[in-house]
Amino acid sequence: MSGSDVTRDGVRGARPGRDAVTGGRAGRRGRRGGRGERPVVPEAEFGSYYGLPVISKPPWEPLDIAGYLYLGGLAGASSLLAAGARLTGRPGLAAPARTAAAGAISLSLAALVHDLGRPARFLYMLRVCKPTSPMSVGSWLLAAYAPLTLTAAATAVAGRYRLLGAAATAGAAVLGPAVATYTAVLLSDTAVPSWHEGHRELPFVFAGSAAGAAAGLALAVAPAGQAGPARRLAVLGTALELGAFHTMKRRMGLAARPFGQGRAGLLVRAAELLSAGGAVLSLCSARDRRLAVAAGAALLAGSAALRFGVFDAGVVSAEDPVYTVLPQRERLEARGSRP
Amino acid sequence: MTEGADRGGNALYGPQPDVSGAAGYPDAPPRVGFFTDTSVCIGCKACEVACKEWNAIPEDGLELTGMSYDNTRGLGADTWRHVAFVEQSGPSGGPEVTGDVDVFAAASRLGTAAEPAGPVPLVSPDGRTELRWLMSSDVCKHCTHAGCLDVCPTGSLFRTEFGTVVVQQDICNGCGYCVPACPYGVIGRREGDGRVWKCTLCYDRLGVGLEPACAKSCPTDSIQFGPLDELRERARERVARLHAAGVTDARLYGESPEDGVGGAGAFFLLLDEPEVYGLPPDPQVTTRDLPAMWRHAAAAAVTLAALVLGSCARRKR
Repeated sequence: MSGSDVTRDGVRGARPGRDAVTGGRAGRRGRRGGRGERPVVPEAEFGSYYGLPVISKPPWEPLDIAGYLYLGGLAGASSLLAAGARLTGRPGLAAPARTAAAGAISLSLAALVHDLGRPARFLYMLRVCKPTSPMSVGSWLLAAYAPLTLTAAATAVAGRYRLLGAAATAGAAVLGPAVATYTAVLLSDTAVPSWHEGHRELPFVFAGSAAGAAAGLALAVAPAGQAGPARRLAVLGTALELGAFHTMKRRMGLAARPFGQGRAGLLVRAAELLSAGGAVLSLCSARDRRLAVAAGAALLAGSAALRFGVFDAGVVSAEDPVYTVLPQRERLEARGSRP
Repeated sequence: MTEGADRGGNALYGPQPDVSGAAGYPDAPPRVGFFTDTSVCIGCKACEVACKEWNAIPEDGLELTGMSYDNTRGLGADTWRHVAFVEQSGPSGGPEVTGDVDVFAAASRLGTAAEPAGPVPLVSPDGRTELRWLMSSDVCKHCTHAGCLDVCPTGSLFRTEFGTVVVQQDICNGCGYCVPACPYGVIGRREGDGRVWKCTLCYDRLGVGLEPACAKSCPTDSIQFGPLDELRERARERVARLHAAGVTDARLYGESPEDGVGGAGAFFLLLDEPEVYGLPPDPQVTTRDLPAMWRHAAAAAVTLAALVLGSCARRKR
């Protein structure tokens, strides 16, 4: 073993960057050039194993799962709106909301089955009922909720069985809010930092976003004379969504960073602009049909962008070890377990 | 913490002395696990190969990563044992090496009274101290509170009578929820199959009194298999010996029942920080926060209902 090529500066002739960076000397791989973005937190110094992720990213297709989250929210809030409209004698508002709920929940089930690969696999979900598994709770919730919304829509179309229709509408309205918010627990109950750290506020973000989407759809379709609740709901829902989202990002620490960067950042920013814009437009849409349609479209798009943005941010936070290692390291040091 | 322990069989968090008992095995054998002592790992990958052979795991890409001798990158559906190779520049954590060391003479004294009690010089060719290799065979941790098991919606992940965590392949529906739920990134969804796979701690071998294939094949006893209590005891002794020998970097990882997963069924002796090996420094089972999550979701659902009803309540307009 004469003449080692290992020098004090590394291995002679080796490709740069092949050393495992460790301990205090370890830094991030070159951060992608910021487009004048203000970093939420200072540059992190942390150790990792060749920059490889610590946790596994979710194996889901964004279109399936983020789409599922969006449609579930739209359906849940629409069921509520339909029941509210029916109770207060606004058939023109109740009809589109009821149809939206039935359509959205059907599509969301299709997205879920597509994610599983085979339709029969959905039945495996109903083998057990486990409160520790949000996916299990959600499956049972959908198994009860979807037939109710479909019954409500079908009886309305048929124009018969009014009592059954009323019961189904009421039942769907009771389960609707749970369908809209359980999906936040579905995301939070994982080790994905940007989902887990937001577990307190994310249900409220999703509730607000669901309200916005349902209001948007109703606004675009319902006659202006009966769309008052949709206009008010658009404003209230958007306020809840944006307020909760802001609080969430502020309290998350490092895990909030993916919400401000890359594709997730663009989606989140678009969601905020579309939802806020849609809410403002909805206020002045009482007289102008075109304004109502524009407001509705903006609200629907904003809600969708929010779900895809949140999904994307989680994937980014799972792929980069900094979001896993650094907060845990800080937590350890704060506990004083290790110097 | 006590909240979980008090609930016995449904504990979501905290220490759980009787894992198999809580899972419904009244006369369970002692809980078994792995103690992986990375200080004697030579990176031979016999464990990776033995695991693949015994469990008939498909090939997972014959590619070179170019970053080290590690060409499997990490644990996943088709890698149940993964040997990490950490190439570190800078002084080694051990004591300075002075002069030549006769390793054969040193080895012949192992375990005898003549073994030197003080610092033992580590072998380093050419007296170099600026580079060291850390090798570590990673595996599923078979956590006391297993996130994967808790979030599985089909019940296909289950706790065995040995206290380990196993996937029933005929029941897994491929939802993939366990994949991001694992705080260690162990379990993975297999391409083209759709279902998830991970280390079973050779459940089929345990049933007939054999040790797992990886431990059986390990030439240096870096991977030790046995009753968990016994392994913890052995590990503490080993750390004390290494510390006495001047290897002050040695530390145990995952052995404490007080940690975020209630103590791992597979734990490690490491020579550097966990993150250096690609392990999370302070993993927490995600279900620890589940009661709070459900409470917040319920509050959000009530808020949503209030918003909608409030919007409808106003006079017709």
